[in-house]
Amino acid sequence: MFEKKKKRRSLQRNSRLIKEHSQRINRKRLSTANRNRHFDSVKSFTRRAFFVTAFQGLLLTVLGARLAWLQVVKGDKYHTLSEKNRIDIKMLAPSRGSIVDRSGKKVAVNDDNYRVVVVPEQTSNLEETLWALAKFIPLEEREMRKILRRAERQAKYLPLEIKDQLQWKEVAAVEVNLPDLPGVSVEVGDIRQYMYGEAFAHVTGYVGVVNKAELASGDKVLRLPGFRIGKDGLEKRYDHDMRGQAGRAQVEVNVVGREVRELSRISPMVGKELTLSLDAELQMRAYERLSQEVSASAVVMDVHSGAVYAMGSFPSFDPNLFTRGLPLDVWEEWRTNPGHPLTNKTISGQYPPGSTFKMMTALAGLQSREIDHRTQYGCSGRYDLGRDRFHCWKHSGHGTMNLVSSLAESCDTYYYKCSTEIGIDKIAEVARQFGLGEKTGIELPAERPGLVPDRDWKYGRFGQTWQPGETIVASIGQGYLLATPLQLAVMTSRLVNGGYAVEPWITGVVGQEMRHLPRWQKMNFEDWHLNLIKKGMSEVMNGALGTARAAQINNPAFAFAGKTGTSQVKRITAAQRAEGTAQEDLPWKHRHHALFVGYAPYKNPRYACSVVVEHGGSGSASAAPLARDLLLMAQQIDPAAKPLVSVNDGLKNMRPAKRRI
Amino acid sequence: MKRMSSLSASRDTIWLKLARLNWGLFLLICVVTSIGLLSLYSAAGGNMSPWAIRQLMRFIFSIGVMLFIALVDIKWWFRLSYLAFAGGVFLLIVVEVMGHVGMGAQRWINLGFMKLQPSELMKIAVVMALARFYALKTTEETRRLWMLIPPLAIILLPVSLVLLQPDLGTSLMIVMAGASVIFLAGVPLWIFVTAGVLTVLAIPIAWQFMHSYQKQRVLTFLNPESDPLGAGYHITQSKIALGSGGIEGKGFLQGTQSRLNFLPEKQTDFIFTLWAEEWGLVGGIFLLLVLGAIFVYGLYVALTCRHVYGRLLAMGLIVNFSLYVFINIGMVMGLMPVVGAPLPLVSYGGTSMLSAMIGFGLVMSCSIHRDSKMQSG
Repeated sequence: MFEKKKKRRSLQRNSRLIKEHSQRINRKRLSTANRNRHFDSVKSFTRRAFFVTAFQGLLLTVLGARLAWLQVVKGDKYHTLSEKNRIDIKMLAPSRGSIVDRSGKKVAVNDDNYRVVVVPEQTSNLEETLWALAKFIPLEEREMRKILRRAERQAKYLPLEIKDQLQWKEVAAVEVNLPDLPGVSVEVGDIRQYMYGEAFAHVTGYVGVVNKAELASGDKVLRLPGFRIGKDGLEKRYDHDMRGQAGRAQVEVNVVGREVRELSRISPMVGKELTLSLDAELQMRAYERLSQEVSASAVVMDVHSGAVYAMGSFPSFDPNLFTRGLPLDVWEEWRTNPGHPLTNKTISGQYPPGSTFKMMTALAGLQSREIDHRTQYGCSGRYDLGRDRFHCWKHSGHGTMNLVSSLAESCDTYYYKCSTEIGIDKIAEVARQFGLGEKTGIELPAERPGLVPDRDWKYGRFGQTWQPGETIVASIGQGYLLATPLQLAVMTSRLVNGGYAVEPWITGVVGQEMRHLPRWQKMNFEDWHLNLIKKGMSEVMNGALGTARAAQINNPAFAFAGKTGTSQVKRITAAQRAEGTAQEDLPWKHRHHALFVGYAPYKNPRYACSVVVEHGGSGSASAAPLARDLLLMAQQIDPAAKPLVSVNDGLKNMRPAKRRI
Repeated sequence: MKRMSSLSASRDTIWLKLARLNWGLFLLICVVTSIGLLSLYSAAGGNMSPWAIRQLMRFIFSIGVMLFIALVDIKWWFRLSYLAFAGGVFLLIVVEVMGHVGMGAQRWINLGFMKLQPSELMKIAVVMALARFYALKTTEETRRLWMLIPPLAIILLPVSLVLLQPDLGTSLMIVMAGASVIFLAGVPLWIFVTAGVLTVLAIPIAWQFMHSYQKQRVLTFLNPESDPLGAGYHITQSKIALGSGGIEGKGFLQGTQSRLNFLPEKQTDFIFTLWAEEWGLVGGIFLLLVLGAIFVYGLYVALTCRHVYGRLLAMGLIVNFSLYVFINIGMVMGLMPVVGAPLPLVSYGGTSMLSAMIGFGLVMSCSIHRDSKMQSG
């Protein structure tokens, strides 16, 4: 039994050994196969990699052969081609779109501009060429040095403008002598012409030489010699629309680069035309009237559609000087003139609205039920709040005032009193609904937002809490409050059009695209509240005690309503108050700004107008008569009756249906 | 023994690795780039600005990127291969979406200092992903037909995204670079033959189904002369400039044709024209020889590499580089349709410079870490 067991065990061992051995052999065979396969794959890779590299070598040889073919075999042919005739692609400048007023009168157009250009690389010597040219055109040494400096900064094959706006005689002289002036040519281009000059300057803006930052935008058309780009106003805002698209021409040029013939051409596309909402006649007459003041601005707009009919800021500048060359002394004068001729004060001038803001305070009072048409306050010429004393402009006081008479006589005390009950936040909320404190969104650059302060604003700005006295100051449009003339016109429009949130606009048509006029949102104000305010504004002009009755229009058909405003530039000292110093005796810079907002006709409002006469003394004395003249002009010319003219005849009358108020 | 060497490789200091860097390849790269800088200097009329100086700064920046990539162990690039591919696809989708949201066809992402074209980086990522895929496959596995499905997906996914841009030239280049890696991996030859025959047969059928405007686009691609004011004009001018260079060239800064505005793209796609006009056949052949030396260097790196990943990566990247060379130089000499491909290292452009240097960095990493061991995951 034991033997048997032993034998079996040794047998088992033997078989295990055999098994292991065979396994070892198998494994060895397997690994050899693996290794062989590994070598196979390496060999396959090596073969294929050599094949790929050989193929690359073949392609390089093809390239080398082609190069030799072009440069050696065909070398002479191409050499001749390169010397004798060269084909060039020339960019053709597009014409800038024009600007017309609402009835199609030209405001900004293009005029022919003859200019001499030179390709520096094609001259034998640029400086000599310039001296040669100086015999035919006026060219000073200073200008030459400038041209040479410019030539250093740009590629030598690019044409360089030497002089533009050539007289016809000069053009002829240069043309005749062209054979002696290699690289020189005379080109005819466009020059921008502003038909109304100063009157439209702030609206149209102007065009000027492309600067480095603008070049970086990448449009190749900007590199054309003499190309002009919009720098301000609508020219800037709609530059891309008005710029147009450059064309291309394939031209054959001879050895000195002169064109031999044109092979093919894609014509440039004229830029889009702008049709303004402005009326050229009204704009011009308004500007003439404004120019009787030292520094003033005014807006006339449609209370229903929001169309701006006139927008003037005096003093102004002549935009033609920017394109035709601006003398240094004129530029210096513009920069230093205290009236800021380069600024469009209707959108960039921010003024405390003064008493023109009283409508906002009144409306806030009506809406919050703090006052109604029967509420009366007594005015003794001053109002005390704690230790502070606030004065009414009328020292002797107005006596008993209600809402309508407080507007008519512009009583300050009435608003001091009711504003303390309303609170600044409610007043600010109403003012914002009427468009104050934020940009109106008119299509002009450099618009400023004005300012409507409230508790949050003051805490955010100064980290201080709002003082009750500041509400009192704000109630009559002083203190932190700021508004632009355009905002005041919008505010007036919204007050008198039935409470619709109309927004101002100035471009009616861009190219083929007509402005889509939305139905303005009706704001949440009660009609009888708005009517009450209008009654007050009518009393200002037409009432027996109205502050601006002297400026009323006697013709009942044209009669208008409005509100005066006088905003302090410099605080009135107690001494001055005691002495009763008149505004006229102060230096101009220290006098009050005179404001006026108004609308006409007062029974069925169509035109809203705002006027700011800087340092004009008082609203009733200088702003109201100006507004009267503007509103009278507006009603006589009646731009609202003229439909917007456009290239697209299908779209005629832009006026929305008249709303009954 | 082998393990020893791989261990020592991983412990190599940066200085030892730097010593093992392929300085020969680096020298060749510098020569090609210098040719580019000289041409850009000439293109600006003998000025460093605007092109040469910025190209030089980009080159210096790219050298840093290349050295970094070269010194990182190839194992890391092996592990990051699929991630790089996924990142590339993501960037392509971002560009596509931005193009729809923004204005018109946008092929780049603005990084501030340069405009990045994801499709350029995608070509490298496709080669990496394919090399990664085949790195751990046995010969049997590679030869199986269904094994072609993942690599085809790796190629066709980015190709379809690039076609959406639409950029036919770049998509064809991705297909060619990808196909070369599959070929080198050892996929049977009959598959390539069949695919080739099928493609040729499919062309007339696809033609029938195309819209007329699509046909027009393809025709203009094949025959630029039909657009005389556009692509055809460039080729004619390029041939005149090249041919007038002759054997010795017109001399440095003396090229009349290229430096006139006859060639609007002289600093980018047509830079070879400018070089060959000024330096003639001598200069042109010299550049071709230097480029050929780079190809041979790539072959050398691939053959001496001891892992499949490195072999496929090095060869694939060099093929990718050579495709640019053939397409660009073929194009400016009128042998190829105009597709708008730059000449890497020579043409003015940030992305093409950077992607070429990233490619060379990977090739050098393959070389420095030729003995590394690869594991999956």
